[in-house]
Formats: sequence, structure tokens, C-alpha cells
Amino acid sequence: MTHNHPHVHPQQPDLEDAPFTEYQVMAQAMEELLLAKGLITAEAMRQGIEAMDAPNPADGARLVARCWVDPAFEARMLESVNSAAKELGLNLGQTPIHALQDTPQVHHVIVCTLCSCYPTALLGEKPDWYTSRAYRARVVREPRAVLAEFGTHLPDDIEVHVQDSTARHRYIVIPIRPEGTDGLTEAELAACVTRDCLIGVALPRKPR
Amino acid sequence: MRRPHDVGGLEAGPLDTEEHPSEPWEKRVLVMRQLLGRQQPPIISADELRRGIEDLGADDYNRLSYHERWTAAIANILLHKGVISVDELGQQMHVVETRWQQERAL
Amino acid sequence: MSTPQFTVGQRVRVRAVFPPGHIRTPYYTRGRVGTIASLAGIDPNPEQLAYGQLDHPPVPVYRVRFRQPDLWPNYTGHPQDTTIVDICEHWLEASDDA
Repeated sequence: MTHNHPHVHPQQPDLEDAPFTEYQVMAQAMEELLLAKGLITAEAMRQGIEAMDAPNPADGARLVARCWVDPAFEARMLESVNSAAKELGLNLGQTPIHALQDTPQVHHVIVCTLCSCYPTALLGEKPDWYTSRAYRARVVREPRAVLAEFGTHLPDDIEVHVQDSTARHRYIVIPIRPEGTDGLTEAELAACVTRDCLIGVALPRKPR
Repeated sequence: MRRPHDVGGLEAGPLDTEEHPSEPWEKRVLVMRQLLGRQQPPIISADELRRGIEDLGADDYNRLSYHERWTAAIANILLHKGVISVDELGQQMHVVETRWQQERAL
Repeated sequence: MSTPQFTVGQRVRVRAVFPPGHIRTPYYTRGRVGTIASLAGIDPNPEQLAYGQLDHPPVPVYRVRFRQPDLWPNYTGHPQDTTIVDICEHWLEASDDA
């Protein structure tokens, strides 16, 4: 039995006249079959999409800024990001997220070479480049060359440590506080920190 | 053997660092899998999905986009587990394609 | 409940076996020697979860630190650069390598 109820399944192709691919058709067909079989509900799909759009790298930036002004908070972040983040009203769920602390001598970069595991509960959607073969293949082998493609140039005497997220644990970087930020408020400090800083491919910068 | 997804350390070209926010259909695929993972036992767990993507074979793994790989893997697992049948999927794909072609023709 | 076999600072070698199937131990680590940086957790084994096998005991997962020059020929970064990989205990064996 097929199910053709356009009014129940209002999903349009993403752009009205854009070509649609075989895989878009397949995805839509599966969704409709699962709905018809009662294995998923439209409401759960709607809530899931809302939840997927909720996390924001700005929340990661707030955690970093708090680390910079409060060493005791940073110590709690190093124990567990999930736990410490509750203090800022963030519920990051069950997947453990760990913080890797940069120092003036050590810089961290995060990858998942095998697929693209990413701390989505905190940072939201993965950047395309993070899922790309090029990033996954090269960043473990030549991290500085990869960082240079983001415009990030590390001094030769800094150590680079690449974390490959191969298990259920997820990682973020706590970068070091940039120079010239002594007078900034915590919110202003957070504005220095982008999503890419939390992955380790960029360094925080005082906005102009 | 090195499997096609196991790319750490291989040579590769430059990165495309441009932002490409995901399209609505791509988000729906992720949410669909998430919901299938919430059943007890899961219909498709995150680990099963990863395995399904890895098992697509080198041609498809390298040719398909990230979300297309998810879609293909989800389909294979649902078929394998008998959640949907090949016939059901084929018929529903035809229904969807026809509907979208008609909507575009309007 | 699995008691972790390895301790922080211990040298371990990744088994140089190459079976098919779902494996979370990357190819580039196989046969390599690294150092236990920490115990990441005691977690369900993804190699079993991937096949719908839900009833097995969890396994220790370690963060294993590899020196980049040990992983890659002609590595051109800092000699103390590392890659850290989360590896399940059954993929590791004690190593005498310094």
C-alpha cells in the first residue's frame, strides 16, 4: 500500500524549481513510510528539527570566556564540560564532552577521521569541511598546513596535539585568552571566540 | 585492509572552508535517524548507522555526499531489518517523485 | 564490569590486525606504539553496538597519545606534536618500547 497524502506530508523540494536528487526522493519516501507505520510522528520530527537548530557556538564561547575569568570554573570544565555547562544553564545531554586546555606551549585541534563525530550538543551543526575527506585525512598528518588554510599560523615552537574522536567522547578546545583583552567584560571575551576556535582551527581574536 | 572511510593520514587536496548550511531535507534525515535510535531496542543506533555508511563500498562512499550516505545507509538497514520492504520503498519513491514533478509543473 | 588493564603513562602497542567490520581503531594507528594519556571511560563496545548486540559488558576506552614522528614518515612539525586517539582496551597490548 502506498501513501499519497500531500496535505499530511507537506514536504516540498527545498527550492520549488530546484532539481531534486534520487536520495532526496529516497529520504522523503522513507520518512513517509515510517510515519504511515507509526514508527515516527510528525510532531517528533518537528521537535527534533527545532532541537537540532537550538545549540549555538556562542554558548561554547560563553563557556570559554567563563574559563578565562574563573580558574575554578575552568577546573570544573576540565573535569566535565557537561557538568560545568549546567552552571550556565546549558543541558548538553548524555554524550560526554571533554575540554582540552591550550597553553602557551600547546595547541589542540579536534577531528574525527573515521566519520565526523562532533560536539553537536554544544556547537550545533557540523561545518561541511569538518566532514570532508580532506580535513579528516590531512589534519592528523599535517595539522599546521591544514590550520594555515584557515589563516591560522602557529609559531614553530608551539606543540600541536590533534584529538581524533574515535569513541563516544566528544571534545572542545579551551583556547588561550588573546593578548590585549584585559579590560574586556565576560560577554566581550566571549565575542572573541568563534566555533572554529572551539574546534582548534582558529585562534580567538579581539574583534575590531 | 584499509576501508574507504578510514582516511586518517591519506593524501588529499585543499579544504573548502566555505560555509554550506545544511538543506532542510538533510536535517530531516538526521532527525529521522535520531528518532529511529530512540526506540527500545533502537531501530537504527548511531553505531549501526556508522557501520552502514562504512559498508556502502568505496564507490558510493566516495561519490555520495555526507547526507546521501546517511540516506543510503538508513535505507539499507531498514530493508535489512524488514522495517520496510523493497517493494514498499520503490512504490513510495515513485509516489514522491511523481508528486514533486507534478508540483514543479504547476 | 571490566577493570582497566592499563595505567596512565604506560606504553601500549595497537594490534596490527586488519579485519573487516566496524572498527573505531584507525588504520594509521595499527602496529604503532603510544602512551596511555587517560582512561576516557568504560563504555559499550561500538564494534558490538554496530551489529545490534546490546548485551555485552562495557569496555575500557583509553586516550592513547602517539608522537607524530612515530606515526608519519618525514613529519615536519614540532617533534613533540602528538595525535591522541580513543582506543578500546582489546585493541591494545603492553609494549616494552620506551
